[in-house]
Amino acid sequence: MYTQALNANPDADAPQLEDAALLARFEARVADEARIEPNDFMPAAYRRTLTRQISQHAHSEIIGMQPEGNWITRAPSLRRKAALLAKVQDECGHGLYLYAAAETLGTSREELVDQLLSGKAKYSSIFNYPTQTWADIGAIGWLVDGAAIMNQIPLCRCSYGPYARAMIRVCKEESFHQRQGYEIMLTLARGSAEQKEMAQDALNRWWWPSLMMFGPPDAASAHSDTSMCWKIKRFSNDELRQKFVDATVPQAHFLGLTLPDPDLVFDEAAGHWRYGTIDWEEFKQVVAGNGPCNRDRLATRRKAHEDGAWVREAARAFAEKRAAAKTAAAA
Amino acid sequence: MVDATTPLWEVFIRSRNGLAHKHAGSLHAADATLALQAARDLYTRRGEGLSLWVVPSSAITASDPADKGMMFEPTASKIYRHPTFYEVPEEVGHM
Repeated sequence: MYTQALNANPDADAPQLEDAALLARFEARVADEARIEPNDFMPAAYRRTLTRQISQHAHSEIIGMQPEGNWITRAPSLRRKAALLAKVQDECGHGLYLYAAAETLGTSREELVDQLLSGKAKYSSIFNYPTQTWADIGAIGWLVDGAAIMNQIPLCRCSYGPYARAMIRVCKEESFHQRQGYEIMLTLARGSAEQKEMAQDALNRWWWPSLMMFGPPDAASAHSDTSMCWKIKRFSNDELRQKFVDATVPQAHFLGLTLPDPDLVFDEAAGHWRYGTIDWEEFKQVVAGNGPCNRDRLATRRKAHEDGAWVREAARAFAEKRAAAKTAAAA
Repeated sequence: MVDATTPLWEVFIRSRNGLAHKHAGSLHAADATLALQAARDLYTRRGEGLSLWVVPSSAITASDPADKGMMFEPTASKIYRHPTFYEVPEEVGHM
């Protein structure tokens, strides 16, 4: 989910010459479900792929604050506003836990942040869509956080210790996010005709992009094999996507809403909801930077970073002044 | 342009009176006061703690996991430090 664009350059991770004995021991530990910690030996490709995945996961959380933050001042009640504010604060917190995990692999926090600001790093495609109505906030909590939870629970058992532990913490906090979203959808669906229509419209716009969150179909994912071997990825994109669909379709039916998929049908024999064709061209465009909000998201993040520069500088200058005064007093 | 670096701190939280502080994670902050506030915002949004410690990561000395065999060898072989090593007849009751 956080490496949606990684398949683009499979040669970048060609196997490197590494001590065969160390490599064998590493692979045995991973196969044994042992956790790899920051000071343990790990192949360069493992370190690289994890640095990218964890940092892109972190970037996604930070950027994800924007589409929802957009509605904080316009939430329909105090309760909704407090809940949304708490959710957005949580997303910030999740981003920070993830940066803390990513930097244990050797790339500094500042470098990781710079990769996002410079446009070098990716973040989850879903956050490049606009939140046009209050119902979008319900749809995001229900579908986007729902999809994220599907992906994050297996990551709690990822082979890299710091990432797994960050995920455990995140998952504990994440369940309120989905419930908050579903509660909004429920309230709208049971409200006036206009409110129900608004909920339906939001579902129509967020359904397919949420399915795309899981990444390209397995047949098109050249990269997944190493990630699976190294127990970074536990389930394939299609497996997780199917799990999400199976869980969510009944939830939509309970709301009395229609899913924007005329081909959706229940396969009795297999016990799965079969869904229609995903528009992978749209996905490609959004990942490449041509989604509705890509430029806005990055511009907003850059501005926030620049506007906050004086605070960072002041904090640093003050800390240095205090440290110098302390040393002088001790002398 | 990459920003200048900010020190890394480790955060420990004690959730209730009588319990030990447990490591919760890390964060970056310019000084101790900011580190404490950031720790509160980042790691206690759900009232997880009543006491916070923040320690500069550079102040921590850790044993090398690679040396684990050598470092902890004595403890593995001294099983007489465990109560189960000793036999007490059942008639004596709980000891």
